Amino acid sequence: MEQNVFRKYWLAVLGVVLILVALWMVFLYVPTVTQDGHPFAQRIFYFHVPVDWVAFLSFFIVFIASIAYLRTRDRKWDNIAHSSAELGIIFTSLMLLTGMIWARPAWGVYWVWDPRLTTALVLWFIYVAYLLVRSYAGEEVRGARFAAVLGIVGFIDVPIVALAIVLWRTQHPAPLVFEGGLDGKMMATLMVSLAAFTCLFASLLRVRFSLRKAEYLLRSIEQE
Amino acid sequence: MENAGYFFAAFAIIWAVVFGYVMFLVNKAGKISRQMKAIEEARPRRDQA
Repeated sequence: MEQNVFRKYWLAVLGVVLILVALWMVFLYVPTVTQDGHPFAQRIFYFHVPVDWVAFLSFFIVFIASIAYLRTRDRKWDNIAHSSAELGIIFTSLMLLTGMIWARPAWGVYWVWDPRLTTALVLWFIYVAYLLVRSYAGEEVRGARFAAVLGIVGFIDVPIVALAIVLWRTQHPAPLVFEGGLDGKMMATLMVSLAAFTCLFASLLRVRFSLRKAEYLLRSIEQE
Repeated sequence: MENAGYFFAAFAIIWAVVFGYVMFLVNKAGKISRQMKAIEEARPRRDQA
């Protein structure tokens, strides 16, 4: 019994602990850095990058699960893809919103139609369409199949968003993490924040998957 | 603390959205639980019939 409780909740507990540590690091540990003359708003970076990472991760999971569903027609894979897409839209929305809030003091405007921001917005629309296709397909299995195809094709936009700042001239800041632009404390804070959001995502995905499985079971029982 | 308002706005939005989604999941779990209970209660009556 105790082992089952541990197995059920360890990820959520780890996530909460990491989130608390990340918050302490972002508010108190990491030094203030002035970027473009805006010191405190720069700290949005420690939330914005992790939500970006989680959004990309969730769409990668949709991609893999969609392929698996089309190959096996096992509902489990469709459930994983659907749950991950739902979370992906939430984290992509957060990515866009936190980016816009950072942009206001840095660029003077909330939005510019530059390649990085535009491709990120397209990504959001693709996965909203993924959910809509399910709702409007008429039949559940047909909706799952259409969504799986969209989940595979739509993933093309993820590397485009990630590489937009390398491929084209954009206003978006360069990838400091890979260019050695972060000092020790900043890198540590970012890594802890990344781990915290990843745990949070994994916990939410696990719960969403279980709830969807239970809903499907209920529908099957009610139809008997 | 220059531009702290923007930081706190981003912080508040992230956690409000996460909390909102968690509440959505809690509500869904409650609904499923009630439906399961209703089915369990209906089952003995159906078995007796």
